[in-house]
Amino acid sequence: MKPSPPPRSLGTPLLLLALLALVVASFASLDLQWAAFFAPDALGSAREFLAGFAPPETAPAFLMKTLGALWETLAMSLVGTLLAVIGGLLLALPASGRSGGVARGFTRVLLNVLRSIPELVWASLLLVAAGLGPFAGTLALGAHTAGVLGRLFADALENVAPQPEAALRDNGAAPLAAFLYATLPQALPQMLSYTLYRWENNIRAAAVLGVVGAGGLGQMLKYHLSLFQMQSAATVVIAMLLLVACVDAASFALRRALTR
Amino acid sequence: MALARHPDPAWRGRVTATVVCLLLLWPMLTASEFKPWLLLDAQSLAAAGGFLSDFLRPAHDPEFLAMVARDTWQTIAIASAGLTLALLGAIPATLVITERLSLSRLGTRRMRVSSRIVRQLLRWVLVFLRSVPELVWALLFVRIVGLGPTAGVLAIALAYAGMLAKVYAEILESSDAHALDSLLANGSPRLAALLYGALPESSAELVSYTVYRWECAIRGSAVMGFVGAGGLGQRMDESTKMMAGGEVATMLIMFVLLVALADIVSKLLRRRLG
Repeated sequence: MKPSPPPRSLGTPLLLLALLALVVASFASLDLQWAAFFAPDALGSAREFLAGFAPPETAPAFLMKTLGALWETLAMSLVGTLLAVIGGLLLALPASGRSGGVARGFTRVLLNVLRSIPELVWASLLLVAAGLGPFAGTLALGAHTAGVLGRLFADALENVAPQPEAALRDNGAAPLAAFLYATLPQALPQMLSYTLYRWENNIRAAAVLGVVGAGGLGQMLKYHLSLFQMQSAATVVIAMLLLVACVDAASFALRRALTR
Repeated sequence: MALARHPDPAWRGRVTATVVCLLLLWPMLTASEFKPWLLLDAQSLAAAGGFLSDFLRPAHDPEFLAMVARDTWQTIAIASAGLTLALLGAIPATLVITERLSLSRLGTRRMRVSSRIVRQLLRWVLVFLRSVPELVWALLFVRIVGLGPTAGVLAIALAYAGMLAKVYAEILESSDAHALDSLLANGSPRLAALLYGALPESSAELVSYTVYRWECAIRGSAVMGFVGAGGLGQRMDESTKMMAGGEVATMLIMFVLLVALADIVSKLLRRRLG
């Protein structure tokens, strides 16, 4: 007798149908300008557009300006990450349940809100208060990253062994001293590695944050593109690619050195 | 006092380290124009205060809500359409760059020089596609095709094709080679060998990575609106520039809900299909 085939659930085909419907509905509802792409002269105009980028602008004065923006991008990422460490640590203390369950729940919700708004949205909101320029970008990186790091720090602090701090407290140490000498050192390595990882992310984010006017390479790119100075824009894009490549290489080398 | 009797034995090192760090930090602070007191000057306080007080009353008239719903759908549609186009590019690219599918490698473990060159060239193209941030792609396409969702779809398609092809190839390479190798060595065509030898083992991982990327694409397409690529972001950018705090508040809530929803749906899909 032939064995009966395994029962098939109806769920998966239905799910696939729903996905197909989503894709079809997406293409149907967006009014995409395919005409511009399949027009006979589209290839020619695309080639012309691309040719406009070559050769990248290499005048020394412009290169110096790009280097300045690169430095600004790095500074934004570093200061933003530092702000996030400070803010994240301050929020992580209540979020790790040190001041009771209510404070824990409340700060965790706050951290979630900080985290779920992307850097770029923060930047465009903070432009209202801080004005155009890298300061808004720095604050934006700080706000989003504080949400991410605060949550990770809180988890790290919750997971360390509580006995050393309790022992110090029982023997009369002040609360702050007990925390600094017993709990913090246990969580510190993990917190440091989270911070380095987020810094790496922030360098990448800081490079593009400027497109809303928040400083760094992105602001320069936006400026030159809006003036249709394609050759200058090409230089800025190359600088961005170099920055990201360097960060990737450095983080790869560091990780290999640390895990060996 | 307790502190006086037991001074920190490492205080010299700590103080020196702090001073050195502050000295190193100084140029960074000037470069990032870190001037927190600017936040407290009367003019920016008034602007921020007005904006924030509007925030407490999210805009909720039916007309505006309908518009926000339309824009939210547009954000989802941009992400889904972009990802579909990215798959159209990524799947053929994966088939080309996956070394497991090389016929000249069989037996000798060495690929023909020509096929090695083709693979390497395509890999560089993919590296380029994914190294340019998606926001920069969007900015460029807005210049070519004008404001609107087309730029967003194309930006997601290009950036994600590069990422998907790389990860797909990695997943296929890391699966067990035995079935694929014996199929190829016994004369099976490459596509059949892929479908019957490699896919059954890696399909779950491939699907779950694709769904994860769809979630990322939704977040990305919302953000890309800020450079004019359509969807929720573009509307949020306009409202921010008009200092309409209430509208921005509604859209922020919508955005957080959308991201949370994408997260839930993606978890569900991964459990179902993975």
